[in-house]
Amino acid sequence: MKISREDVLRVAQLAHLELSPEEVETYRGQLDEILNYIGKLQELDVTNVEPMAQFAAAAAGDSNLREDTLVPCTVVNDVLDNAPDAVKPFFRVPKVIER
Amino acid sequence: MSAPATWNIASVRDSLLTKKASAREITQDFFRRIEARNPELNAYLALSPERALAAADRADAAVAKGATAESLPPLAGVPIAVKDVLSTKGVPTTCGSKILEPYIPAYDATAIERLEAAGAVILGKANCDEFAMGSSNENSAYGPVRNPISPDRVPGGSSGGSAAIVAAGLAVASLGTDTGGSIRQPGAFCGIPALMPTYGRVSRYGLIAFASSLDRIGPFTTNVDDAATILKIMAGHDPNDSTSAPVPVSDYPAEARQDLSGMRIGVPEDYFGAGLDPEVKAKVQASIALLDKLGATRVPLKMPHTDYAIATYYIVATAEASSNLARFDGVRYGIRVTGNTLTDMYRTTRETGFGPEVKRRIMLGTYALSAGYYDAYYLRAQKVRALVARDFSDAFEKVDAIVTPTTPTPAFKLGEKTADPLQMYLADIYTVTGSLAGVPGMSIPCGKTAAGLPIGLQIFGPHFGEGKILRLARGFEQAGGFTI
Repeated sequence: MKISREDVLRVAQLAHLELSPEEVETYRGQLDEILNYIGKLQELDVTNVEPMAQFAAAAAGDSNLREDTLVPCTVVNDVLDNAPDAVKPFFRVPKVIER
Repeated sequence: MSAPATWNIASVRDSLLTKKASAREITQDFFRRIEARNPELNAYLALSPERALAAADRADAAVAKGATAESLPPLAGVPIAVKDVLSTKGVPTTCGSKILEPYIPAYDATAIERLEAAGAVILGKANCDEFAMGSSNENSAYGPVRNPISPDRVPGGSSGGSAAIVAAGLAVASLGTDTGGSIRQPGAFCGIPALMPTYGRVSRYGLIAFASSLDRIGPFTTNVDDAATILKIMAGHDPNDSTSAPVPVSDYPAEARQDLSGMRIGVPEDYFGAGLDPEVKAKVQASIALLDKLGATRVPLKMPHTDYAIATYYIVATAEASSNLARFDGVRYGIRVTGNTLTDMYRTTRETGFGPEVKRRIMLGTYALSAGYYDAYYLRAQKVRALVARDFSDAFEKVDAIVTPTTPTPAFKLGEKTADPLQMYLADIYTVTGSLAGVPGMSIPCGKTAAGLPIGLQIFGPHFGEGKILRLARGFEQAGGFTI
């Protein structure tokens, strides 16, 4: 067994997920099975292999980076229209700091 | 208006230019088809009739002003559906998730903007697995999509709605996204051409991210020419996506028209092992024989890291997903479930808004990135990813394209794999390799099983070698390969 109930609770907390007791048990079993399968990666010798984050076109280089210039951004109202609770120009959330 | 059973880009253009039908009539015809068939298939989540008819009227106005075959925009009046992970200004975009149920984007994805600028008529949004996570479209919060060829079976996933829409004639073409097989596998299951371009070929701006190093946007069509045309319009650098490549865009439709003589096609034995359905194997082998006959030369290959690709993919993709999906917390968009504290609010919102597969992947990715496990899982997976990519770069020193089955089996039944996530993941065994390597890949139909289920032939090309893939695909199509 690779993953315990405590592991599941720890990871759920890191991921901001509030799992039900049934979910904790289901995910424990499923993640255990998946991680066992993924264990096959240990078979390979990866000494001296450079990790690959993604494919990037060789031609690209830094030319993909544009100048860091200020441009007007007038989307605040449109963006806040999608907020579940907005007091324009702010998002409103439950109180973070107790006085 | 006299409407053909199956429209394509050429027949729409011909109808407009010869005034056999107006774009408005064609668009309305598609909305009627959708109304009749969508209740059964559940392939569309939202329709955008006002936007569609406005685009159709622009096409009709161009024709009225005397547009010619040369001056009429390339997609004028062509009805297209887009997967619901692509942002559409003013049209609901849910990603198949409850957490984004009320979300209406303030902007369009670059790919959609380019299609519409070329005259396309955006009909609506296609159902998909929640946040594009799934291989059967059964993970949508808005219900599964049915396969139009065989309604008790899945259309594939995650772009199941996009594939079903084109296969059922409910749009001329559609856009899907592919992270581990999500364009190619549903293309195979629904029996239509489905193209995943090179990583960086099409801008991801406005694509709501699942795994940023893997996500790509590509078309479903009814023929190879249409795929080439749509790719040419969408491809190219976009200042809003720093990973979009500043590589010149080829004339894909012209490249697709070249014959196959002199092409070297690699056939990796690693894709024909245990687990491959015998009927799929037989059709794929017959397809390779046909390509031989058309002038391509077969080269046997070994791609020894193929067997490690699923394990690698499910670390890399879930790690990126756990990070990307952290933004859904009830603050800026989507639903909010209130709590006493900010943290309570995050947790209850995410618990309520995300479905089981999304939570499973967030958990797996968070675990792989967490302290003490990063080196053993994530870093190792990135190294094995380099080995999988090396299999491809070694192969492309010897061949122009690689030909494999798209999937180990034809479409499976609804509910068949939902209880066992690992079995569902293994359905992507032949597609995830190319996803990790960043190469382009396409699935094209290559006949059916005795029970009438479509089978897909997968063609990989080198980076930015979409022209070679389309050339093989079109040669195969013209020689009758789709019904081999």
